[in-house]
Amino acid sequence: MNRIKQLFKNKKKDILNIYFTAGYPNLSDTKTIILELEKAGVDLIEIGMPYSDPLADGPTIQESGTHALKNGMNLPLLFEQIAEIRQHSNIPLILMGYFNQMMQYGDVAFLLKCAEVGIDGLILPDMPLYVYEEQYQTLFEKYDLTISFLITPQTGEERVRKIDALSKGFIYMVSNSSITGAKTGISEGQLNYFNRINQLQLQNPRLIGFGISDHKTYSTACQYANGAIIGSAFIKTIAQEGDLTTLIPDFINFVRNPQLETTEIV
Amino acid sequence: MYQVNERGYYGEFGGAYIPEMLFPNVEELRQCYVEIMNEPKFQKEFQDLLRDYVGRPSPLYYAKRLSAHYHTNIYLKREDLNHTGAHKINNTIGQILMAKRLGKTRIIAETGAGQHGVATATVCALMGIQCIVYMGAVDIKRQAPNVSRMKMLGAEVRPAESGSKTLKDATNEAIRDWINNPENTHYIIGSVVGPHPYPDMVARFQSVISEEMKWQLKEQTGNENPDIIIACVGGGSNAAGAYYHYMDEKEVRLVAVEAAGHGIHSGESAATSVLGTKGIIHGSRTLLMQTDDGQIIEPYSLSAGLDYPGIGPLHAHLIDSGRAEAVSITDQEALDAAFFCSRQEGIIPALETAHAFAAMDKIKYSEKDVVVINLSGRGDKDLQTYIKHLK
Repeated sequence: MNRIKQLFKNKKKDILNIYFTAGYPNLSDTKTIILELEKAGVDLIEIGMPYSDPLADGPTIQESGTHALKNGMNLPLLFEQIAEIRQHSNIPLILMGYFNQMMQYGDVAFLLKCAEVGIDGLILPDMPLYVYEEQYQTLFEKYDLTISFLITPQTGEERVRKIDALSKGFIYMVSNSSITGAKTGISEGQLNYFNRINQLQLQNPRLIGFGISDHKTYSTACQYANGAIIGSAFIKTIAQEGDLTTLIPDFINFVRNPQLETTEIV
Repeated sequence: MYQVNERGYYGEFGGAYIPEMLFPNVEELRQCYVEIMNEPKFQKEFQDLLRDYVGRPSPLYYAKRLSAHYHTNIYLKREDLNHTGAHKINNTIGQILMAKRLGKTRIIAETGAGQHGVATATVCALMGIQCIVYMGAVDIKRQAPNVSRMKMLGAEVRPAESGSKTLKDATNEAIRDWINNPENTHYIIGSVVGPHPYPDMVARFQSVISEEMKWQLKEQTGNENPDIIIACVGGGSNAAGAYYHYMDEKEVRLVAVEAAGHGIHSGESAATSVLGTKGIIHGSRTLLMQTDDGQIIEPYSLSAGLDYPGIGPLHAHLIDSGRAEAVSITDQEALDAAFFCSRQEGIIPALETAHAFAAMDKIKYSEKDVVVINLSGRGDKDLQTYIKHLK
């Protein structure tokens, strides 16, 4: 069974999905990062394929991508790395990138390769729904790959239902109308949006991303959805001086558990 | 046949490959742009401004000395005489009226050389609407006079510091701004690029160029169709306007002139139709310059208005289907043409437009032909560059 479907079958809450850019900070860090995240108890991992023009990403992720490309990261190499990592890890893995990258690799070859190396799902934020439905849905099903579409506070109910019908795995709930890493904290308006989506009784589990950076935002997200996605805050963490084998578990601990010393005194 | 279809495609090119965060804005525009543009009240306001503010119709001028030199009949469509000095204002006038209809109170735009930024800042001042222009940090340095013009017009110029810090990055930053401000902001794209409906909307606003050409040619030559229309293509907005009403007239040859920079295979070029492959840039499926791995390549041209790594989906379709012929012109050929045109006709063309003039040395034509060159902009903004090459 697909590892993402398996995960959501067994676990309904407090799911932590961590995003990182492949090839950053160093070309060969992919393996260390995935193994450390798995060891630290992260539930699934989103591997970003670095892209020259990442429209849906904020400056932190774009910079990490620019850096990774300079390091020499590319898709064939990434697939090689993932195939090797799969010998040592069974954590659900998602590839996140832009539709142009899949097109240039060769769309069918890309999907086949994902399945071969042990990728479980894809997020392609700029692939239109009808393109997926008409051209790729059958292939995704054939290769047992999940697809997660995004919804935002501006996505209307009819479209949310359409996305729910097409998504397999989980729905990526963009927490606010914003690019990644732009805002922190969760507002009343966002809570209303989370509640509104909850009331729709969708078939797919939902993970909240964008603006999740610490325990407080993580636990709020977990309260209103099945879990949370963290990207920019994690990228900033691994950009720091220090050993990934310390930085990563420390960060996951910081997110998962309340921090006494940082609790605000009201 | 060359019009956009229901889904926003020209043949296989076009569409709207955008993240969900942009969907509501783009969808709102898609649903109502044609209806709004067809409203008699909108049309009247648009036409009145084009006449009284922009100074349209722009003349169609028979270039006697150039014609004698090339042994043919060359007409110049004088978009350089528009307010702000280029065709760009046709589109920004249209889009600011569109933004007002949509109830938007904040305008963003991207600019490369600054011409579209100036045209946007101009219409925002005209309407009293807040204006933010994204411009690559590198371009801000090399196009200082236009930065000052935008500021004088009351616009805020924000440097794009990401990637290569030029036009493509300014476009990325503008798109990000739109994602962050989905409710009150309209994004005025400056060319026939971006997600549907932008390429079609911008082409329609620019189509006034060929609309006028039809009756002007009829008056001057007795025939509303020329034999050849030549226009430079970066994203392709002036070319789209000059071709628009002739696309289905098969006997009219459409010539698209791209910037070859230091030479097509020099590694420093912007000749997208030759060097580009099919892919996605700024939400549109089109031809673009990219690596095998799908990373977008930074193009090069001495002319800041032509160094865009993609080409509008309409032009990708016109070229791919053989309807339009693509010609590449190097920096040096464009410079030579700029000086030649200046001394032959007393008109200093924009460096972009100079590429279109240089195409006369590359294409086949006969003595009886009527050739229209779309004189998309004047060369004031390029004086610094021209002065360096004064002989």
